[in-house]
Amino acid sequence: MIPNLLFDVFSFILLGSAAMVVTSRNPVHAVLFLILAFINAAALFLLAGAEFLAMILVIVYVGAVAVLFLFVVMMLDVNFAALREGFQRYAPIGALVALILFVELALFVTGSTIAPGAAAARLFPTPDTITNSQALGSLIYTNYLVLFQLSGVILLVAMIGAIVLTHRDRKRAKRQNLDVQHARVPAETLTMVSAKLGAGAPMPKPNKETL
Amino acid sequence: MSAFLQTDLGIAILTLLESLAIIVPLLLGVAYLTWFERKVMGAIQLRKGPNVVGPFGLWQPFADAIKMLFKETIFPTGADKVLFTIAPMITFGLAVVAWAVIPVNDHWAVANINVGILYLFAISSLGVYGIIIAGWASNSKYAFLGALRSAAQMVSYEVSMGFVIVTVLMCVGSLNLNDIVLAQRHIWFAIPLLPLFVIFFISGLAETNRAPFDLAEGETEIVAGFFVEYSAMTFALFFLGEYANMILISAMTTTLFLGGWLSPIPFAPFTLIPGVFWFLLKILVCLFVFVWVRATLPRFRYDQIMSLGWKVFLPISLIWLVLTAGFLEIFGLLPHA
Repeated sequence: MIPNLLFDVFSFILLGSAAMVVTSRNPVHAVLFLILAFINAAALFLLAGAEFLAMILVIVYVGAVAVLFLFVVMMLDVNFAALREGFQRYAPIGALVALILFVELALFVTGSTIAPGAAAARLFPTPDTITNSQALGSLIYTNYLVLFQLSGVILLVAMIGAIVLTHRDRKRAKRQNLDVQHARVPAETLTMVSAKLGAGAPMPKPNKETL
Repeated sequence: MSAFLQTDLGIAILTLLESLAIIVPLLLGVAYLTWFERKVMGAIQLRKGPNVVGPFGLWQPFADAIKMLFKETIFPTGADKVLFTIAPMITFGLAVVAWAVIPVNDHWAVANINVGILYLFAISSLGVYGIIIAGWASNSKYAFLGALRSAAQMVSYEVSMGFVIVTVLMCVGSLNLNDIVLAQRHIWFAIPLLPLFVIFFISGLAETNRAPFDLAEGETEIVAGFFVEYSAMTFALFFLGEYANMILISAMTTTLFLGGWLSPIPFAPFTLIPGVFWFLLKILVCLFVFVWVRATLPRFRYDQIMSLGWKVFLPISLIWLVLTAGFLEIFGLLPHA
């Protein structure tokens, strides 16, 4: 009884916050509702017995991706009026997508499966004896090793791309080099000059390396 | 009775009682941690610390709490009132819910789940939201700057913390916190994984925004950072949340590296003492180091914090991860759970 009740609560909050993501006027509120939706989705994963996926969803999406998303939205000066202008133009496409989703949902809810034998013929049924992080690991690192490595390479390429796009060589920036600073001795930086009265001493040349 | 405990109502009541059994001591611990910190810092700085309210100043935390309760909560003009009120609740609530999985003795945890350490990591990665929401909802540039600083800092240090946790998991072969402690029967992980232990503890200081990484509040440059606009009970919740997080990080360090509830001296008279005692003692030692560090070290500069996290801790923890994996593989020590 308790799992059913929890399922109702979590899915209700999930749907409500998902609706709020698209309807709330303030973009920061929208992102926060998105985060609430993620957390409730993780709770649903948990109820389905996929505890590893649930935790990874929270760690990766809520803990890292959404933080950066929130950062950007908070810093940007978004013009809401301009954002709403295109609403009527895109409304038909949105309605079409919603209709397709609705039909799919209706198919799913009424229990009419397209391929009835699919569940029985599944290649790797959920194991009972080991935890699902172990089950997932033993699949990813054996049968799907190439695909797994490939997705890693794609992420690496994306990372390098982002760095290349945003990296600028700031020539005028003053950087602190700790090793150079630590290697300084008084003889390099201090010179004693005897100044003549009324005339002063000639300025010594500044050493660029030790700035 | 045991049949009743199997029913839905029985499970609900039992869980409620178990939660109370962990939350009440935790809140008392948080209250007395503030007293402990002030006493220890007083001793380090050759002062007496609180000594007026009650014997040895023991009633001081309660006096402070009552003062906070009776003050007025001020909402700044232009603040987002709902988010402004929710932010401290998030901070404090997260610091409390994380305790659900921490084993204080063998199998003594409210929820002994298979992915315990991932749960802790997930909860601690959510901690940034309380701060960032507080900074944004305050509608003040100092609060916002503090929030941005601390968000960037927490995200950075989580990366190396994650690698440290993965290395420990490789030595254990399980994500269950109970198994992690039991795997340390012969040797605490703090000894073979000493560099990682140090990295984890320092990252913990950064995660909890404690000195010397307390740039988020940096009173010398941004007034008091993200909670500059907070007063009364909303401020108190941030304050309590920070201390609860300190205890949480100490408990995580204890569980991952210092053998949890296991006795430090593994023979007869010492193993008879209940594990809860050893667990609390180890937490207290960690907390003392937290306070000691705060009283000793000056605050880091922001770019130094970032370069420490990304250029020192991340490479070291990554290399240790690979080295440990190689070592375990070559000597056939990989656990087969």
